[in-house]
Amino acid sequence: MLEVSNLACSRGDHRLFSGLNFNLHPGQIMQVQGANGSGKTSLLRTLCGFLMPDVGDIVWNGQKISELAEEYHDEVLYLGHLNAIKDELSGLENLCISAGIAGIELGEKEALTALRRMGLRGREMLPTKVLSQGQRRRVALARLLVSDAKLWILDEPLTALDVAAVALIQELIVAHLARQGMVVFTTHQPLHVAGMEMRILALS
Amino acid sequence: MSINWFKYSAPTTFYGLAGKMIPWFAFPAAILFVVGLYMGFFVAPVDAQQGEFYRIMFIHVPTSILSMVFYLVMAGYAALGLIFNTRLSAMMASAIAPTGALFALISLWTGALWGKPMWGTWWIWDARLTSQLILLFLYLGFIALHASIDEPRRADRAAALLAIVGSVNVPIIYFSVKWWNTLHQGSTIKFSGTSMQITMQHTLLTMTIACWLYAIAVVLARVRSIILERERKTDWINGLPEVQQ
Amino acid sequence: MKKSGMLDLLVLVIRRDLVLAMRRRADVLTTLIFFVMVVSLFPIGVGPEMDMLRKMAAGVLWVAALLASMLSLGRLFSADYLDGTLEQMMLAPQSLSMLVLGKMAAHWMSSGLPLVLMAPVLGLQYDMSMRSLGVLMVSLLLGTPVLSMMGAIGAALTLGLRGGGVLLSLLVLPLCIPVLIFGTGAVEAASSGLNFASHLSLLGALLVLAMVFTPWVTAQALRISME
Repeated sequence: MLEVSNLACSRGDHRLFSGLNFNLHPGQIMQVQGANGSGKTSLLRTLCGFLMPDVGDIVWNGQKISELAEEYHDEVLYLGHLNAIKDELSGLENLCISAGIAGIELGEKEALTALRRMGLRGREMLPTKVLSQGQRRRVALARLLVSDAKLWILDEPLTALDVAAVALIQELIVAHLARQGMVVFTTHQPLHVAGMEMRILALS
Repeated sequence: MSINWFKYSAPTTFYGLAGKMIPWFAFPAAILFVVGLYMGFFVAPVDAQQGEFYRIMFIHVPTSILSMVFYLVMAGYAALGLIFNTRLSAMMASAIAPTGALFALISLWTGALWGKPMWGTWWIWDARLTSQLILLFLYLGFIALHASIDEPRRADRAAALLAIVGSVNVPIIYFSVKWWNTLHQGSTIKFSGTSMQITMQHTLLTMTIACWLYAIAVVLARVRSIILERERKTDWINGLPEVQQ
Repeated sequence: MKKSGMLDLLVLVIRRDLVLAMRRRADVLTTLIFFVMVVSLFPIGVGPEMDMLRKMAAGVLWVAALLASMLSLGRLFSADYLDGTLEQMMLAPQSLSMLVLGKMAAHWMSSGLPLVLMAPVLGLQYDMSMRSLGVLMVSLLLGTPVLSMMGAIGAALTLGLRGGGVLLSLLVLPLCIPVLIFGTGAVEAASSGLNFASHLSLLGALLVLAMVFTPWVTAQALRISME
């Protein structure tokens, strides 16, 4: 369970938000909404532990994330604006390495299955620099299939995806929530999760 | 009576305190400079081996010692800023850097001025001067790094880490430069050290204290202007008479 | 899906970076070519008298190796920073210092090691004796990892900054001076027929100190830069 109390963040001199409070329980999904520049990405990055908040605490299962450090990282999957894939490596290599860094030893068969489920059949071995934007996003999103993290922090996951891929991601999110996972995300495109109550956090 | 240190670690309170402290350092510094320079140039006797030229030492030695001390003080403030996350510590470190660099530069310049009459060249690669040059580079690196980062918090913390890494390296660098110098049998700047006349010692002490007081006054003034710049968007700044003009 | 240990992670990171270096061979080669060019510039600049060149050899080769190392450090973190893989590494459930050590090791293997292998060939241009060439190789073998590791701190502090490579060099070069002094000292001792063991053991000591401290310091620097 994620508990955030009295969170305040600034960027340079500029105070982005303050007095933020919320709790997220297993199986819940929360969308962070706000205008451009309102601090959505900063909030997500603060939840990951990249940014230090000015004031306030982020508590995971009763312990502060600053104290948990690596244990907390084990339970978080973060997908930001950047795809976090290397151009020179193939989709397969990228996925195996991403998984490896997250502490998971991924067999080749499993990796190929994941990539094919993401719609990359026939392109798994190509260096990602020859793939389209949408295909590269799919390689990045393939991590959702092989990760065992409980908290997914997704910053605009649907960018560059076509309708079929959007549907697939929505399915994956529903499945993750059904397994008692949690999701915090932002998006500029509509994201529907069938049968789940979507919590909204609005940053003014 | 316990002093509430953390009260003074807030930039708002420190601004006022620093302002009041400056004259207490500036005036004694000025007086001591006059006394010290008078003693150095007129009172202290002529050196047996080096004649009149040695008098430059009364500027060279204090600035050398202080430039090294200030680096450590700067690194100390930097460490405080990193550990306790206090903005003022980081501002103090940034305030000390230019003065430390200036002292290192003066030390090098006076070293060169000393070297010319002694050795006939404007520069000597002896252990101390070379270490002093490297110290100047370390100061300049700190200032350059801080200036290159736009985001103030990252700038403070990155420069702080650099200062700490530098201070840990300073003994290693000094040792290796001494080693290098003895290997190559280079020349050393020495004055009749062990049998220094009592007047010379007094003059050195006076000049050292004068430089130190001057540095404190300048650093306090500089940190005030850093505070003004960093806190320019807050309310209490706009209430100050200086700003309302 | 098994969970991997720290050593597995280290090997993974090293292999990843080496594969990437192989696929961008141009970056690796340009460092080496720079090294060769700088070493060749000195005789052109100071004249071809063998006596003078023989005396300068240790210093020239070491300074050139130092400059080439500084240049290559730019690519240690910047590519990963730009495509987002660095952030993912910082979210790894393993020690960031271990990951950083892996990157440093791979970086040295693709930048420093070629310099070590190339140096004796260039030393012949300066008419260095076999003994000096041997000691040169050993000194570079011990010293270039230290340069990579100290430089990594600088690279981490200057992530994404406009000043880039020059600023990095400004920050790191003063810190590398001890390595330069002990490295050249060893080679000069060898060419004069003196004992070089003390210089090399000092280099070794610096290497051990660097291996112990720099990964952690670099990890802290990365955290500061990524905020």
